[in-house]
Amino acid sequence: MAIVYQKPKALTDKPFHYCPGCTHGIIHRLVAECIDELGIQDRTIGVAPVGCAVFAYDYFNVDMLEAAHGRAPACATGVKRVNPNNIVFTYQGDGDLASIGCAEIVHAANRGENITVIFVNNAIYGMTGGQMAPTTLVGQVTTTSPYGRDPMSAGYPIRISEMLSQLEGPALVERVSVHDVKNVVNAKRAIKKAFQNQIDGKGFSLVEVLSTCPTNWGKTPQEALKWLQENMIPQYPLGVFKDKEAK
Amino acid sequence: MNERILMKGNEAIAEAAIMAGCRQFFGYPITPQNQIPEYMSKRMPQVGGTFLQSESEVAAINMVYGAAAAGGRVMTSSSSPGISLKQEGISYIVGAELPAVIVNIVRGGPGLGGIQPAQCDYYQATRGGGHGDYRMVVLAPSTVQEAVELTQEAFDIADYYRNPVMLLGDGMIGQMMEPVTMKPIEKRELPEKTWAATGWDGKSRPRAILNSLFIDPAVLEQHNLKLQAKYAAMEKDEVRVEIDCPEDSEYIVVAYGTMARIASKAISMARAEGMKIGMVRPITLWPFPSQALKNCVTDKVKHVMTVELAAGQMLDDVRLSIGNNVPTSCYSRLGGMVPTSREIYEQFMKLGKGGNE
Repeated sequence: MAIVYQKPKALTDKPFHYCPGCTHGIIHRLVAECIDELGIQDRTIGVAPVGCAVFAYDYFNVDMLEAAHGRAPACATGVKRVNPNNIVFTYQGDGDLASIGCAEIVHAANRGENITVIFVNNAIYGMTGGQMAPTTLVGQVTTTSPYGRDPMSAGYPIRISEMLSQLEGPALVERVSVHDVKNVVNAKRAIKKAFQNQIDGKGFSLVEVLSTCPTNWGKTPQEALKWLQENMIPQYPLGVFKDKEAK
Repeated sequence: MNERILMKGNEAIAEAAIMAGCRQFFGYPITPQNQIPEYMSKRMPQVGGTFLQSESEVAAINMVYGAAAAGGRVMTSSSSPGISLKQEGISYIVGAELPAVIVNIVRGGPGLGGIQPAQCDYYQATRGGGHGDYRMVVLAPSTVQEAVELTQEAFDIADYYRNPVMLLGDGMIGQMMEPVTMKPIEKRELPEKTWAATGWDGKSRPRAILNSLFIDPAVLEQHNLKLQAKYAAMEKDEVRVEIDCPEDSEYIVVAYGTMARIASKAISMARAEGMKIGMVRPITLWPFPSQALKNCVTDKVKHVMTVELAAGQMLDDVRLSIGNNVPTSCYSRLGGMVPTSREIYEQFMKLGKGGNE
C-alpha cells in the first residue's frame, strides 16, 4: 500500500495544545511540509515567540530557541550570524511581532537579515485570554476593548506587510490566509518561497498568515473562518507587497 | 605578543575579547563605552567575526541570546541606562543557561544620570539585576592590564558554567590609557557545547531546545535548584581578591575598581603617618570575598571602611561578611564625582582620631 499522506518529519509526535478550530495547526504543518520538501530539517533552527505558539519548540522537530516577547528576530539574527549556513526562521503572533516586537522586526527587515519570518495574524492576544492587539479591527470587541476598538483612543489596526514593504531590505513580503483549501495551498507556496529565498541567500522574507481565534472571537471554528474571510481580508488584503525577484 | 602598548581601557577590553575568541559583538552607542563597539566594528571584519550595531540595547542582548544559543563566543557592552534595558535579556540568558559576556562601563545615575564614572550599579550587578532568582560572576578590574586578563577569563567562566558573566568597569577605566601587554591567559578545560542549536541530524545528540519556560512549577523548581547549585560552585571556586592587610592592621579599607587605586594611594599616605591600615580589594564583586575579608578582621581591627562611588552599596556585603561587631562606614562620592587620594586620606585620618565612629 502506498503512503499518500503522513505527518511531516519536521513535526514531533507531541499533540498540539491549540484550541479546536485554531489555524495554528495548519500553519505549523505547512511550515513543516516546506522544511521536509526542501530537505533542510538537519540545518533548520526555529525561534518560538511568546504567545499561543510559545510551545512551538515542542512541535517543530528541529533545533529550537524560545525568545523573549517580541525579540525573535533579534535572536534569529544572533543565530544566523554565528552559523550562516543554518536556515533560521521565527514564528510569531501579532502581539509579539506587531506590538512589543515592532522595533526588532522593522530592523531585521531593514538589514535584509537572511531569515524567514512566519507572522501569524489573528487580530487578538490569544494566549493571555483575548485582549486587544495592534491588529484588532476597528469596532472589534475584546477583553480590553469591551465597547469595540475605538480608533480615537486605541488607534487603527497596523498593516505590517504594507509597512515593511516600504523598506529596501526585504526580499519578500507577502500576506496569505488559511481560511479555505485554495488559500491553504497558496499559503504553502508563499512559505516555501520564503524558505527558498533564505537557502538562495536572497535575504529577509516574511509571510503574514491571516489566522483564526475561535475561542477568543467567541465563534465556532466554521464561523471563525467565515469571519476571517469577511472582516479581516478587507482590512488586510492578500497578496505580494514586495518581491525583489519580481522586479 | 609580549610588547607593551599604550591602550585605552575600552579598546583593551575589546581586543582582549577578540583574543579570547569572541567572534560576535552586538551593541548600541552610549557614553562612556563607545570605544568598545567602535573598536569591534574595525576589528571584527579583520578576524572573520560579526559586529552589528543593533537598533537598541534590548535587541543587542537578544542577539547575544541567539548567538550564544548557536554556540558562539559573544559579547555586548553598554553603560548603566543601557544595562538596565538589557536586564530582561540577561534574565532569559540565565534561564536558558547560555554563556555570554556583558560589559558595563558604569556612569552616574539614576535615570539618564550623567556620563562621569560611578559604581552605583553594584546592587544591580551583584544581585542578578533582572527578574528571577539568579546570580552571575561580576569581575571588577582596577587597571587596564587587569581588564585585559579578566575579559578573557570572563569568557571561560561563562562557558564553564553556561551562565553570563559581567565585567564591571567605570568611565575612568574605560577612558584611561595605560601600557598593557596583550598576553593570553591560561585557558581552563571547557566542555564541548553539545547543547548548542547548530542543526540537528536526529541522532548524534538530543534535539537542542534553548528555553527559559518551564510551565510545570515542580520542573521549574528543579531548574532553579540546578541554577543554585551552579551559584554555590561559583561561590566556592570563583572568588578573586587582592589583600594588602598587615597582621597588625587597626583599620581596613574595602574598595574595588578604580576607587581601589585611589584608595591605595591614600593608604600609602596614611601609613607614612604611622597609621596601621590595610586594604581588601574584591576583584569578584559576586561572589564577594567574604571569607578573605573576615580573615583580615582580627580583634585588633577598630573600623572597616568602604570607599565607593556609590552610597554604601558594597557596605551591605561587608556587613554580611563580618557582622556588626566591628564599626563600619562608607566614604562615598556620588553622581560622577571622584574623590582625590588626599580627600580619602583625610577620611582615614578622621577615623584615626575616632571621628567617624
